[in-house]
Amino acid sequence: MFALRNTARRMIPEWTPGRITLAIVVVTLVAGLLPFVKMSLIVNGVFLGAIIALGAIGLTLIYGVLNFANIAHGDYMTMGAYVALFLLTGLFPTFGIEGEGLGPLTFGYPLLIALPLAAAVVAAGAILLDVAIYRRLRRRGVNAVVLAMASLGVAIALRGLVQVIWSGETQHYPREFRQVFRLPLDVRIPPDSIFIAIVAVVLVVGVYLVLTRTKMGKAMRATADNPNLALVSGIDTQRVIRWNWAIGAGLAATAGVLLAVFQAQLLPIMGWKFLIPLFAAVILGGIGNPYGALVGAFVIGVTSEVSTQWINPSYKPAVAFAIMIVMLLMRPRGIFGDSG
Amino acid sequence: MEIIGIVNYLVGFAIMAAIYAVFALGLNVHWGFTGLFNIGIAGFFALGAYTSALMTTRPPDPALFEDFKFGGNWSETQFLDLGIDLWFFLGLAAAAVVCGLIALMIGYVTLRLRDDYLAVATLGIAETVRLFFLNEKWAANGSKGLYRIPAFLEGSVSPEHYDYLYLVVVLVVLAILFLAVERAVKSPWGRVLRAIREDEVAAEASGKNVFRFKLQAFIFGAVIMGVGGALFAHNIRFLSPLTFDPLLATFVIWAMLMVGGSGNNRGAILGAFVVWGIWTGTQFLPGIFSDPNFRFFMIGVLIVAVILLRPGGILGEERRITRAADS
Repeated sequence: MFALRNTARRMIPEWTPGRITLAIVVVTLVAGLLPFVKMSLIVNGVFLGAIIALGAIGLTLIYGVLNFANIAHGDYMTMGAYVALFLLTGLFPTFGIEGEGLGPLTFGYPLLIALPLAAAVVAAGAILLDVAIYRRLRRRGVNAVVLAMASLGVAIALRGLVQVIWSGETQHYPREFRQVFRLPLDVRIPPDSIFIAIVAVVLVVGVYLVLTRTKMGKAMRATADNPNLALVSGIDTQRVIRWNWAIGAGLAATAGVLLAVFQAQLLPIMGWKFLIPLFAAVILGGIGNPYGALVGAFVIGVTSEVSTQWINPSYKPAVAFAIMIVMLLMRPRGIFGDSG
Repeated sequence: MEIIGIVNYLVGFAIMAAIYAVFALGLNVHWGFTGLFNIGIAGFFALGAYTSALMTTRPPDPALFEDFKFGGNWSETQFLDLGIDLWFFLGLAAAAVVCGLIALMIGYVTLRLRDDYLAVATLGIAETVRLFFLNEKWAANGSKGLYRIPAFLEGSVSPEHYDYLYLVVVLVVLAILFLAVERAVKSPWGRVLRAIREDEVAAEASGKNVFRFKLQAFIFGAVIMGVGGALFAHNIRFLSPLTFDPLLATFVIWAMLMVGGSGNNRGAILGAFVVWGIWTGTQFLPGIFSDPNFRFFMIGVLIVAVILLRPGGILGEERRITRAADS
């Protein structure tokens, strides 16, 4: 329990013999299977992994700093997707901001405006929810599981709200049909996926820079490591927590919009269903470790996509879950954590 | 005539509320007494319901179904038929055993680790169970659903009075489970659970094997949920993977326990009746209040409100620690 905190301090892994062996085994396994796997599945898995990464990095940051599992994280994603839907179909057209089919993309330039706005709205909402709910509970000194319980309530309420406002029906952003890029090895890439990858890379690099180069980022890592020590060192933990929610929920909202683009549809349950891959990535990478979450996200994304070559595709969430269970059995503190 | 209609409606309501009360009792063992965060009640719900239903239902006619093959046929086997529908109890037992085994597997992997790993694992098992019954058509007819589930003591009373009989059955099972849980949590074993919930490190330091106690509590609660699932299956007599959506198979049960009073078995049962009353009653209200989506939203608000404003729920936990401390 206490050793877990150390994983956050040591974000970059050391190369112990155990880890090297594990790495060799994994690399051999992957290399052995590679000739039998359809390239297109791997490519698709990388794009899915990019979306999981955005959600999982936010989730693991909140986990690290506030020390509880934010069950509502998937529904922050849903919220982001639907706020963008409102902007694209409700608000923007009244100002004449309309259009789809930007270049090779299915959506138009309004989405580029809606994406940051939706992230900002959800980030602000997350801070408000923290003030209204989680901060009160923290002051009461409750157990971390009670915070998770409250976030379950938030998750249900958010999804209910989405259904009240936008109904439970399948919806989609204004879109135009576009040809996919055809590459060798029968790889087909929808242009939208390239956009998703670019946004993900920019944001991941951005988060990395914030965490390593800014004072706030360092304060966040210090708080994740040891909240009490951070407090007595003069770090304004309330501010850290606010930024933490803003970044985590903003990333989640972005992931939600990208998921809606990726799947070409929005459903109120989309975020809740995404919780399993999100948590699998977080646990795989070690709780509180954003770099671990990034690696975990790609492992989960690619493995669950590739599994569809042999297993019924609808079992994808179960595959993510199975990887997580195997991981918990072998290395309960994540890929970069200590074994046992 | 009208009064009979209302009475029949209330009996149907009471059966469902009592079945939910069984789940609330199971969740109380998990959360109320031990602090185990199970957000995949739907998984145990479905597993219990499907186990009992499949074991007791006749195998389907091969002429009618291409993929669907399975059926345990206990309700028509000779050796179980002693004139009292013994199969019903065996179905409940099978549901309990299956849920217990799954809980053992999940608990064994996650209960040594952080508290919230269990939550994620229960979420995963709920989704996996749902996907299994959705995709494996041979087992339970996939999304078309399983029907012709036999009813307990069917034919012993006229069909229009059958609900009265089943209400009695459910209430008897609920009473037995209530007494069992009460006895368990008031025993030294139950005190250890509460000690773990309050302070795991202290419990460990007092020489208690925290992992074992947590595992036992997790299995115990899951077994109760399995029985609840079985009771549900033989009441509704139709199951499909859609029956077990997280809202009505997980979230509502959480609201029931939180409202009634987590850590109090009477509270769990009271909460089940109150929340189910609100849930079914509001559908007669005008305007937005009868909108199922709005009621969904309110379930979430209700859970948060209880945690913030009245963490003990209506009844709250009894402060009594042990008989010896009373005098």
